Amino acid sequence: MSKKHLENADMELAMSRVDGRVKVTGAAKYTAEVQLPELTYGVLVESTVGQGVITSIDTKKAEWAPGVIAVISHLNTPGVPEYKLQNQDVIQKQLRVFNDANVYFNGQPIAVVVADTLERAQYGASLVKVTYSKEKSFSNLKDNIARAIVPKKAKADPKGMTSDFIRGRAEAYKDAEFQVNEEYIQPSEAHHPMELHSIIATWDAEDKLTLVDKTQGSQQTAASIAKSFQLPAENVKVLSTYVGGAFGSALRVWPHEIVAILAAKKVQKPVKLVLHRNQMSYMVGYRPYTLQKVAIGASKDGKILGLSHESYGKTSMYEEFTENVLIMSRMMYDIPNVDTKYRIVPLNVSTPAPMRGPGEATGSFALECAIDELSYKLKMDPIELRLVNYAAQDPDKKIPWSSNFLKECYQLGADKIGWNKRKAEPDSIQDGEWKVGYGVATGTFGAFRNAASVKATFKPDGTLLLQSAIADIGPGTATSMTAIAAKNLGIQPENIAFQLGNSTFPKAPMQGGSNTVATVGSAVVATCDNLKVELAKRAAKQKPEWNNAIPKNISIVGTQLVNSDEPSSKVEIASLFKEDNLSELVIKGDAAPGEESKKYSFYSFSVHFIEAHVHELTGVVRIKNAVSVIDCGTVVSPKTARSQSMGGIVGGIGMALMEDVVIDDRTGRTVTASFGDYHVPVQADIPQMEMMFVNEKDPYLNPMGSKGLGEIVIIGVAPAVANAVYNATGKRVRHLPITPDKLI
Amino acid sequence: MNNFQYKRVSSPIAAITELAKDPAAKLVAGGTNLIDLMKYGVMSPDKLVDVNHLNFNEIVKQDGSLHIGATVRNAVASANADVLKYQPLLSQAMLSGASPQLRNKATMGGNLLQRTRCGYFYDISAPCNKRQPGSGCGAMGGYNRMHAIFGASSSCIAVNPSDMNVALTALDAVILVTGPKGDRKIPISDFHRLPGTHPELDTTLDRKEIITGIVIPDNAFAANTTYIKVRDRASYAFALISVAVAMELEGTTIKDIRLAMGGVAHKPWRLKEAEQMLKGKQASVENFKMAAELAMKGARAYEHNAFKLKLAPNTMIQALKTASGIKA
Repeated sequence: MSKKHLENADMELAMSRVDGRVKVTGAAKYTAEVQLPELTYGVLVESTVGQGVITSIDTKKAEWAPGVIAVISHLNTPGVPEYKLQNQDVIQKQLRVFNDANVYFNGQPIAVVVADTLERAQYGASLVKVTYSKEKSFSNLKDNIARAIVPKKAKADPKGMTSDFIRGRAEAYKDAEFQVNEEYIQPSEAHHPMELHSIIATWDAEDKLTLVDKTQGSQQTAASIAKSFQLPAENVKVLSTYVGGAFGSALRVWPHEIVAILAAKKVQKPVKLVLHRNQMSYMVGYRPYTLQKVAIGASKDGKILGLSHESYGKTSMYEEFTENVLIMSRMMYDIPNVDTKYRIVPLNVSTPAPMRGPGEATGSFALECAIDELSYKLKMDPIELRLVNYAAQDPDKKIPWSSNFLKECYQLGADKIGWNKRKAEPDSIQDGEWKVGYGVATGTFGAFRNAASVKATFKPDGTLLLQSAIADIGPGTATSMTAIAAKNLGIQPENIAFQLGNSTFPKAPMQGGSNTVATVGSAVVATCDNLKVELAKRAAKQKPEWNNAIPKNISIVGTQLVNSDEPSSKVEIASLFKEDNLSELVIKGDAAPGEESKKYSFYSFSVHFIEAHVHELTGVVRIKNAVSVIDCGTVVSPKTARSQSMGGIVGGIGMALMEDVVIDDRTGRTVTASFGDYHVPVQADIPQMEMMFVNEKDPYLNPMGSKGLGEIVIIGVAPAVANAVYNATGKRVRHLPITPDKLI
Repeated sequence: MNNFQYKRVSSPIAAITELAKDPAAKLVAGGTNLIDLMKYGVMSPDKLVDVNHLNFNEIVKQDGSLHIGATVRNAVASANADVLKYQPLLSQAMLSGASPQLRNKATMGGNLLQRTRCGYFYDISAPCNKRQPGSGCGAMGGYNRMHAIFGASSSCIAVNPSDMNVALTALDAVILVTGPKGDRKIPISDFHRLPGTHPELDTTLDRKEIITGIVIPDNAFAANTTYIKVRDRASYAFALISVAVAMELEGTTIKDIRLAMGGVAHKPWRLKEAEQMLKGKQASVENFKMAAELAMKGARAYEHNAFKLKLAPNTMIQALKTASGIKA
């Protein structure tokens, strides 16, 4: 039997990142590095109170400072036309930038200083003096849980994922022989991509705007800005050629982007605005602090009879942020009785944002720890417990999975990490001063597909240019799309260029929710097929047998077009351009999902295994080994897929062991905003990692057989760490991060 | 950052003269801390006096001591053969601090003067008696997980963030300084201050004095030294607790010992009572536990750092075990 799954070594020789060289040599220019003539620099002035009203802004000193061109606040803003409209979306009510004197969170942008250099703008910003009528602010979720509300979204969509839900009976866990009933807390986490959020705004005309901007969706940003400034959609152009990570923080327009556009309007010059690292923890969203209550009841054979899951997450005072924390509890296991309740707590904080594995990473932490806790009560292996409750079809939608290779994931991972070394009794393996434990947890995320188009420009020399508005925030989209086109057409990857991150390119969704390969990849396939049909049509004029060629059998081999059905019919590519003297062929392709989501339930799956060592005296945790096994359908680009999974493990270790946005509730101010205080894993925290892929195709989602990958690589990692720490020490930490103080 | 003048000096006298002339002048060497603080608006010197070109770059093993010049880079000192041979504890401590890039820049003198990393000291919208005397202490009723358990005052509970200083304290280092009134030798225990009512003063160095070097007297500890640093990640994080142990063993008897702790006070915290207790005793876990208990006398925790009351003695026991090689 041939091995289908992929391990680290199998991916070593796969195609490398097509833009790897320009990225590591610095040739790739990120937004903050772009220089334009007449460029000016904006630096934000932030509120220093958590709630209140600005009573005065003294800008005199700043305005007189050398190089300062303008100081803009609610007192002199050119204004955002959308704010004057009546029919604004009440759920997604963005912070109205410089609209009035109200302060809703500590760190809110309340003015901007524009100067001829960054340093002069920074100094100018330090000279702006603000006074407030200060009010009491509320930022602690636990203390203010009584303020929890049902989101408007849930009221608008009673069947949605944030609405109260009951399958079977509520609180059925209470009747079961074995029960777990616990509270789990995951603190706010900042995205902290390596690249700071940055924008350069240029008004090309009174009603025409060009933005160089860090965004996960050039067209969505363009549309949002066009709406805010009441401009014709085609008059806003957004360029986002390279994005140095985002993890969800660039899925929407944030206040600093509006500020830059307002400032450029005021000074009539391009304005560059780059956030400070500290501002990245409260100006561009974060994974919200979430308190969850999970109760599970099972019979002694491990069959789960009832699951109750509640979630309380932070949101801002002006906007309701919701995420799907509770999906996994509804669909992951075959449980007859499930009830879920989702609430949000409006506080004096900025609005959260989706962060890698949004909702599910949070939900899986609570659910997968609770399942682990149940396994100890039952004295049952946690993998076996999961297999006992394996859902053969989606118990929520009650339709078959499009594909589900979870059982293979458990098997492959258990073998790889050496699960047989694990002891059922916690605190039983000692390695010198270190206690050793093993943990497992499962992850899942919906496998989505949207509509997209791709434009192909094919030249007589056999080179191909593909264009799409899609962003590449790091997964290697240009690489995976090149791989798909190369496979479809037979062209060597080095003869294909894939351009992206430009709102004027063909339609694409935002890069978020792991849908890019399924969506844009399908459009690449459609475009390549269209190109082959066009080439065959032209070839038929030379050799009539091409009339019967079907795209699947057509490929480009070297300088020739070949039909595998009729090997003798090959023609020179260049000859196909001669007839009408074309210098290039321009072909478009569109692709959109069909009705398949009504018939099948689409999810990607992952299982994560962790070996943790915990120091007996100092409580220090060292992850010694990590294995992730991924069911994301057919792997389209193995090397970049492996990198994605690697990043997911690292992010999950950060979430489990160190990441924590702490707010001083007296002032609402973030006290771990700097990189000195907000810890993300360093190289020394990262263990031996094995990234494995089941690599079995999903027959229904798209022509490549793939499913989404970007989210499931992190979902489940943090609970696997927490479960390993428990197995090592017998200490159950239900409030992340698991820092040494919690283990001594 | 404010506008400032920059002056490069090439002699100690020139540096002292600049400091005497201008009360708002500051020395800059590696700049790994000061430049950061200037960017945050925490410190706004109107003149930077660059001492990188003073000739304090040597590490010399002399009779009875090891001399390390003030402008020697931390990376250089931590890899120096004499340091590794005679004072390995210092190397261990320095290598557990910061990152390779920072250690390449940071100097010995600068590290001695490193300022606290208290978040309220760094946030200019928060009160801080150290940054702005009389404004109050943000940390005391705020987020104080990283803060002091020894020697704090009602005006400041910040800790000294340096690893190097903890090792130097255990090794009875002497700080060489020079100023308008001539040369001085300051024992490291007298160099850093407790906050008292003047937390704005980190050290007893006069404003017009400069550090020229560090002297570590010879000892017989090299074979049994350990620096253990417990932190929230494996590297590049400040200590929750750190412990420096330098021990002279005769068989399993502790002939002599030095102990210092980091992450617990406004200055590196020397544990003399515990040293006295252990001196002449058997190196045993039993005795280490008793010493650790003694070391914690007078410790006081705040809302978020109570864990240090347990982590500190635990870390000390581990450090003593590692240094002595005693496992049980």
